Amino acid sequence: MLDIQHISKTFYPGTVNEKKAITDLSLHVEKGDFISIIGANGAGKSTLFNCIAGVFLTDSGTIMLDGEDITMVPEYIRSRKIGRIFQNPVLGTAPDMSIGENLALACGKGGWLSTVSKKEKLAFREKLASLDMCLEDRMDHPVGLLSGGQRQVIALIMSTYNPPSLLMLDEHTAALDPATSEKVLTLTQDIVAENQLTCLMITHNMQSALSLGNRTLMMDQGNIIYDVKGPEREKTTVSDLMTLFKERSGKALDNDRMLLEK
Amino acid sequence: MLLLLQTALELGLISSLTVLALFLSYSMLNVCDLSTDGCFTLGATVGAVVALSGHPYLAILAAMGAGILSGFITALLQTKMGISSLLSGIIVNTALYSVNIGIMGNASVLNMNKTETVFTKMKGLLAGSFLAGQYKLAVILLAVILVAVFLYFFLKTRLGLAIRATGNNPDMVRSSSINPAFTTIVGLCVANAFTGLSGCLMAQAQKSVNIDIGSGMVTVALASLLIGQSFFQKGRIGGKMIGVIIGSFLFRLVYTIALSFNMPAYLLKAISSVIVVIAISGPYLKQQLPNLIRKWRSGNAGRNPGKEEI
Ligand SMILES: Nc1ncnc2c1ncn2[C@@H]1O[C@H](COP(=O)(O)OP(=O)(O)O)[C@@H](O)[C@H]1O
Ligand SMILES: [Mg+2]
Repeated sequence: MLDIQHISKTFYPGTVNEKKAITDLSLHVEKGDFISIIGANGAGKSTLFNCIAGVFLTDSGTIMLDGEDITMVPEYIRSRKIGRIFQNPVLGTAPDMSIGENLALACGKGGWLSTVSKKEKLAFREKLASLDMCLEDRMDHPVGLLSGGQRQVIALIMSTYNPPSLLMLDEHTAALDPATSEKVLTLTQDIVAENQLTCLMITHNMQSALSLGNRTLMMDQGNIIYDVKGPEREKTTVSDLMTLFKERSGKALDNDRMLLEK
Repeated sequence: MLLLLQTALELGLISSLTVLALFLSYSMLNVCDLSTDGCFTLGATVGAVVALSGHPYLAILAAMGAGILSGFITALLQTKMGISSLLSGIIVNTALYSVNIGIMGNASVLNMNKTETVFTKMKGLLAGSFLAGQYKLAVILLAVILVAVFLYFFLKTRLGLAIRATGNNPDMVRSSSINPAFTTIVGLCVANAFTGLSGCLMAQAQKSVNIDIGSGMVTVALASLLIGQSFFQKGRIGGKMIGVIIGSFLFRLVYTIALSFNMPAYLLKAISSVIVVIAISGPYLKQQLPNLIRKWRSGNAGRNPGKEEI
């Protein structure tokens, strides 16, 4: 469903700041895959997502989504099929607009000149009520007044209300406190399972990388250095991942967060 | 005094159309549209020329159409041609000066003393009724109500929400299948239609156009907008819109009163500028004040005894 062939992305080419962020990377994702992606800071994980989402064009290679070549398609058209959540909760919602207005914007089905119907409003309420976070009574509150976790939940609802072909989560729980993070992660799992979404999830938590989803990728220096699924993945432990990383990248995983959060 | 109030009300309400335009472009879309002056004059000249040719109603539509065109070009420059939004406005504003002189037939003043306009039409309509004296206000009020109601419902549509989101969080808009270029273009077209209408009515109300009719309008309107918003900070869209219309009236009222106390008329623009500066930098300075005081105190402390010893 997502097929990436030999893409590369270099920032500031030909200058002293030249940075090869993605180097000849290929990846094939099946429909219904839930893939976790790990790797040290600067490995190119977010850049990979940005290439897929079309935030910038790749320097070379092709990207196919649902059998359609999207290599040169602009971001706003790709995002009809792609939902994204970022680490920073501020990015996913419009702070001065109310919860209801944010939802209406992302989930409303009608044409440009349509307004939100009573029925839609009711559906939003029910959706929020099902989360058990008391958000349904605050439909008229500006999203900017909500906590990071609440905003992330709203962003999650917004990008999955009309199920996308592909959902990309970029460390979307990393900025939240552990309890909230847990809650958002559970909600993510539920939504992905319920809608049978194809999902790519970047995480710094090695444990959830292995326990969530059906396939794990490890990235380093702009490429995929380890790709595991099926029975082999079931046997893999966090310390296996650490050892593997050391072997294949020639350095220890520099990220203390990863060591601590087992 | 009553006359004063009336003038302020008329002028304030006519400018409030421009203020509503800035409410859309500046407050909602977060674009400071510096083509406002030129576009206001454009509405005035186009409206005047069409009215002079004997089409008082068409004049209104033509002025708004011209505004849309001008807004479209400003938006195109900043969304498709890599020019910053401020510079786009300035460029269009400059070009509009030539355009406006051209529209007036290489003149810088047009007279509409005997021309049929929406105001004279309304005057005829109301003749003999108890409202006869208020024909100007009737036209202006009608225009403001129509524009405000339109804008209110427009901002509730999906397109309106998308425009607000574009100003509020462009990152989110890009990642949610809305083309920010599209929303910016639509937003500026609609806003400039209001500005054009505002200019058209201003010219027809005072029965003449000159090339300077719109100069400084963006600052005057911004001042009104900020005054209005400071009164209705919280509220919802509807309340805020009424707030900025009232702001526009209040601004004119204070100004007209000042005039009656022999303040020279040429001070209008300087006063608008000062109001805009206070309204925008006031909150900023207030926030900085504690730090400034601390700095000043510690500066003083540093100059106290012990300095020579070091
Ligand atoms: N927009 C950008 N402009 C310039 N350099 C960038 C940009 N995005 C990422 N990079 C660089 O590309 C490399 C990979 O970054 P990133 O994909 O964000 O890593 P990760 O998400 O794996 O931590 C880093 O060296 C980063 O500095
Ligand atoms: Mg990253």
